[in-house]
Amino acid sequence: MTGWEQVLALLGSPLMQRALVAAVLVGAAAPVVGTFLVQKRMALMGDGIGHVALTGVALGWLVGTWAAVSPADALAVPGAVVAAVVGSVVIELVRERGRTSGDLALAIMFYGGIAGGVLLIKVAGGTNANLMSYLFGSISTVSTGDLWWTAALAVLVLTVGVGLRWALFTVSHDEEFARASGLPVRVLSMLVATLAALTVTVAMRVVGLLLVSALMIVPVAVAQIFARSFGRTMAVASAVGISVSVVGLVITYWNDVPPGATIVVLAIALYAAAAVTHPLLARRRTVHDPHPDLSDDVLVPATGPGCEDDVPRDPRPGTSAG
Amino acid sequence: MNAIEAADVHVTLGGQPIVRGVDLTVPTGQVLALLGANGSGKSTLVRSVLGVVPLASGTVRLLGEPLGRTVPWQRVGYVPQRMAAAGGVPATALEVVVSGLLHGRRLRPPRDRRARADAALDALGVAHLRDRRVQEMSGGQQQRVLIARALVREPELLVLDEPTSGIDVPTQGSFVTALSRLRDAGTTVVVILHEIGPFAPLIDRAVVLRHGRVVHDGPPPPARGEHGDADHDHTHPHADPEPPSEGPDLTLEVTR
Repeated sequence: MTGWEQVLALLGSPLMQRALVAAVLVGAAAPVVGTFLVQKRMALMGDGIGHVALTGVALGWLVGTWAAVSPADALAVPGAVVAAVVGSVVIELVRERGRTSGDLALAIMFYGGIAGGVLLIKVAGGTNANLMSYLFGSISTVSTGDLWWTAALAVLVLTVGVGLRWALFTVSHDEEFARASGLPVRVLSMLVATLAALTVTVAMRVVGLLLVSALMIVPVAVAQIFARSFGRTMAVASAVGISVSVVGLVITYWNDVPPGATIVVLAIALYAAAAVTHPLLARRRTVHDPHPDLSDDVLVPATGPGCEDDVPRDPRPGTSAG
Repeated sequence: MNAIEAADVHVTLGGQPIVRGVDLTVPTGQVLALLGANGSGKSTLVRSVLGVVPLASGTVRLLGEPLGRTVPWQRVGYVPQRMAAAGGVPATALEVVVSGLLHGRRLRPPRDRRARADAALDALGVAHLRDRRVQEMSGGQQQRVLIARALVREPELLVLDEPTSGIDVPTQGSFVTALSRLRDAGTTVVVILHEIGPFAPLIDRAVVLRHGRVVHDGPPPPARGEHGDADHDHTHPHADPEPPSEGPDLTLEVTR
């Protein structure tokens, strides 16, 4: 089979079509929310929400078992959405009150989420193996129903995140100024938290709850190396997110490797490459002196080219030859 | 109409009373200097008046409306002491200034945002920094961008928190020029200052805070002792101030 035929076969597979659509949507939406989280210095919030969502998955499973729905995990995604939204709002409230440090609150969320999930899945009659596909993702098993969920949530996240980007930027950049401008800071902060929660549940199927945050944060880390503006960072991060998701997925079509982990490793490799090459590129570009040309109030002899003062050099011996 | 009407304002931060019963009325068009030592409650007072930190008790009216959603926020400009600690995402001066066009009733910037932001940056003499990351700018450049962010909405009430701290002398001069232009246009200005210095000719009234209370309200008081001399060389090391006589004197920074 030629390379072209292989690509056609890949695109012809309905399973792969669904997975690709999910990958593009998640790859585009996750870094948009991630940009706000990184700016608020809450890069780990996605992880906290991901852990809490695991409890939600198990809770959905438990309710599903009681209600005797089939399959048993039909309520797992709605359960994860509810738990993630509640968890993110709690994290935001704790942060706002400032009583417990955000750091400590997140840590408690991490442990509580995992422990709750493992405990509840047992009560629901499942096994830890059932949780694995949620923890590490199983994009290759995306069903049409899953795809609709993913598409709807991703479009919602993209619409709100991009549509309100200026307001969310203002609040994330300088909360004090936003308050002094009468902006509804609390509502907007909650909105960012809720968007993060929805993104976690959207991306859950693609990269898994444990790696969800990587897809939100690592593309932003790559983009901020190159971009100068917030808007550009967001756009580049989104493009990086789509690229690594699609490339990672395509790799798994031909090689038997887990998609979630492949996508995340690709993103981190991209970050490493960018971090190494950027200083080399930047050094070639810088030509102008960044210092403004203002008079200081001191008289000092010139020490190098470009630092001349309109004062003769200190004539005293001993200052030039030390 | 008064630009600011604050009555019996008390602010408590971290269990400590920072502002203790301040009455402050600023008529429209006045330039008021808020003076006082570090930790006297100046910043906390203006933050509480602008709704940044909650009032423990008391009432505040801004431009005739009680503090809250009904205040015409598009007519209030605030310049904080420093640019907020940068997160991991770069932002250009243009973006920071455009964020000043948003307020309680406008969550998306207007179409002519770029032109208005350019004009504000140009007025502060930093148009050439428009597409530079604010994180990479010097303190003085950041300060100008922050002032441009407050001026871009063409405020009727402008509140500045120590706009000249850490700023070189020529830049201070340009701030004074900018402020006098605003005053001539009828803008009410409340400016927190460490010392009046080059602002002296602009100031209509000075309020001095000490330990969270107003101890002087009227014409700018003379500086203590030899500091008032025109040729006073301000480079000697300052001795630590005497410990306060009544209660702890705290400076609290509210971050996030």
